[in-house]
Amino acid sequence: MKILVPVKRVIDYNVKPRVKADGSGVDLANVKMSMNPFDEISVEEAIRLKEAGKAEEIVAVSVGPAKAQETLRTALAMGADRAILVQTDDEVEPLAVAKILKAIVEAEDPGLVILGKQAIDDDSNQTGQMLAALLGWGQGTFANTVEVGDGTIDVKREIDGGLQTVQLKLPAIVTTDLRLNEPRYASLPNIMKAKSKPLDQKTPADYGVDTAPRLTTSKVTEPPKREAGEILEDVDTLVAKLKEMGVA
Amino acid sequence: MKTLVWVEHDNAQMKDATLAAVTAASKLGEVHAIVAGSGCQAVADQAAKVAGIGKVHLADDAAYANALPENVAPLIADLMGHHDAFVAPATTTGKNIAPRVAALLDVMQISDILSVEGDKTFTRPIYAGNAIATVTTSDEKLVITVRGTAFDKAATEGGSGEVEAVSGSGDAGLSAFVSEEIAKSDRPELTSAKIIVSGGRALGSSEKFEEVITPLADKLGAGIGASRAAVDAGYVPNDYQVGQTGKIVAPEVYIAIGISGAIQHLAGMKDSKTIIAINKDEDAPIFQIADYGIVADLFNAVPELTGKL
Ligand SMILES: Cc1cc2nc3c(=O)[nH]c(=O)nc-3n(C[C@H](O)[C@H](O)[C@H](O)COP(=O)(O)OP(=O)(O)OC[C@H]3O[C@@H](n4cnc5c(N)ncnc54)[C@H](O)[C@@H]3O)c2cc1C
Ligand SMILES: Nc1ncnc2c1ncn2[C@@H]1O[C@H](COP(=O)(O)O)[C@@H](O)[C@H]1O
Repeated sequence: MKILVPVKRVIDYNVKPRVKADGSGVDLANVKMSMNPFDEISVEEAIRLKEAGKAEEIVAVSVGPAKAQETLRTALAMGADRAILVQTDDEVEPLAVAKILKAIVEAEDPGLVILGKQAIDDDSNQTGQMLAALLGWGQGTFANTVEVGDGTIDVKREIDGGLQTVQLKLPAIVTTDLRLNEPRYASLPNIMKAKSKPLDQKTPADYGVDTAPRLTTSKVTEPPKREAGEILEDVDTLVAKLKEMGVA
Repeated sequence: MKTLVWVEHDNAQMKDATLAAVTAASKLGEVHAIVAGSGCQAVADQAAKVAGIGKVHLADDAAYANALPENVAPLIADLMGHHDAFVAPATTTGKNIAPRVAALLDVMQISDILSVEGDKTFTRPIYAGNAIATVTTSDEKLVITVRGTAFDKAATEGGSGEVEAVSGSGDAGLSAFVSEEIAKSDRPELTSAKIIVSGGRALGSSEKFEEVITPLADKLGAGIGASRAAVDAGYVPNDYQVGQTGKIVAPEVYIAIGISGAIQHLAGMKDSKTIIAINKDEDAPIFQIADYGIVADLFNAVPELTGKL
């Protein structure tokens, strides 16, 4: 089985995003960028399935600017076999990403596509579900544990009340949650090796996908600020405050 | 505009998360609801009483019992032939289903809205809530998920909607429900709790979490939350996680104990009315947003607090 892993280049999760003064967006100039953390979990899961003999090949895909090559090289250094960059400087919305991924799925014929549950920049949480709909496949979102069976996959999902297990027919879509695994770091030799792994360059037009956005952002603002309050002397003062608030 | 609201339920009881979605939908126009489930007439009757809901579409079929998106999304996409907007609460169920509906309709979903600014214009959080975007869609049909803490709950009484049975294509044959592990608890649900006591990595073990956090929560009649670090370390189950990628809460009082205040955690709780932090590090970022802080070892301060309440 081949596994397709879409990875997105996003602001590093340790960076506190700053809204531009003119309200046109978030300032990404000179900001550290990394692979979306959920996508690292996807790559790791694909590698584990390959190591367990459940998969033969892992293809990483990114839709984004030329620099997304770095993100793909990270996936290759972790253990993906080859990569496809669908290059564009435009912002591509989840629906259009899903359409590009659908075309790649049709060309590559994977048995499983593992995406992150959410990109930490747009916080959309859509692409995997949309891809599943476009392909007419089953979807196991917010995966905590996956088990590949014979023509099926069991996905234990993190849901509001606890955990839920569903069984999907393969091929299928999985989206990863935080507890699925702990991604490995790429070793130096593997980073070197990744440089010579194949990386194909494409454009959205190669797949006949119109990436014109459906949403326009008129304004980006900072949320209301919270001010630091009071440091209380001792627990007694806190008890008094809680009583004042009427909660104790 | 005619909207269709997803009613969240367990086949017996409508969930509160539905009510914020109803409020958001009513800002767009006429509100209809869809109850998809199995043996769920009672839920349809509850939904019909919600103030503002004009009509309830009831799809009662074994295939809809667990809200599998493969089965439910086509049913909703069909109903969208007669509706202009699909509105779902941004719960794990809503997030699972709505994007699948959006793709079937070839529209972009607008995730996690905070406000309705116009027929096609909304605000929504991006970058873990560090920025709020105002977005306008050019799509004809709308698919929206609603952040529960951003809208008042519609009243559960006062409506007199009619219930109409509908049917869809049932089982798509792509997926099957296997099992569920749902924690039963008498505690208030996190997303509707008035007070939340939340513990972090500093608790050190599930035993300590139970020993230190639970008695305080009991005293206050509070819900219990946690940071990702506490969940990852197995102190508490995954559904306790508050944050960007966990639950979004906004109680009257949020007490963060041994939690540093990473942006991903703040994203889930910074709209709480009053925030109280107990942390031994006076430089912990949580103090920058806390209304009241105590710089102390939690293993002394929390039992003392519990004892004095
Ligand atoms: C993609 C992604 C998504 C994420 N989503 C979330 C999310 O939804 N929710 C979330 O919470 N996190 C999330 N995180 C993780 C987040 O970045 C932090 O790692 C996490 O919130 C830290 O948890 P913590 O505050 O419990 O632990 P730490 O950061 O380790 O803080 C522990 C705190 O306890 C204090 N302390 C230690 N001992 C004591 C003591 N005896 N008494 C008093 N205080 C003490 C320390 O001073 C410290 O401030 C996410 C991360 C990523 C990459
Ligand atoms: N531009 C992109 N390139 C590759 N994968 C993407 C892209 N955008 C989204 N994805 C995938 O879709 C997941 C969910 O993203 P989103 O729906 O934007 O929250 C991500 O974790 C990625 O796996």
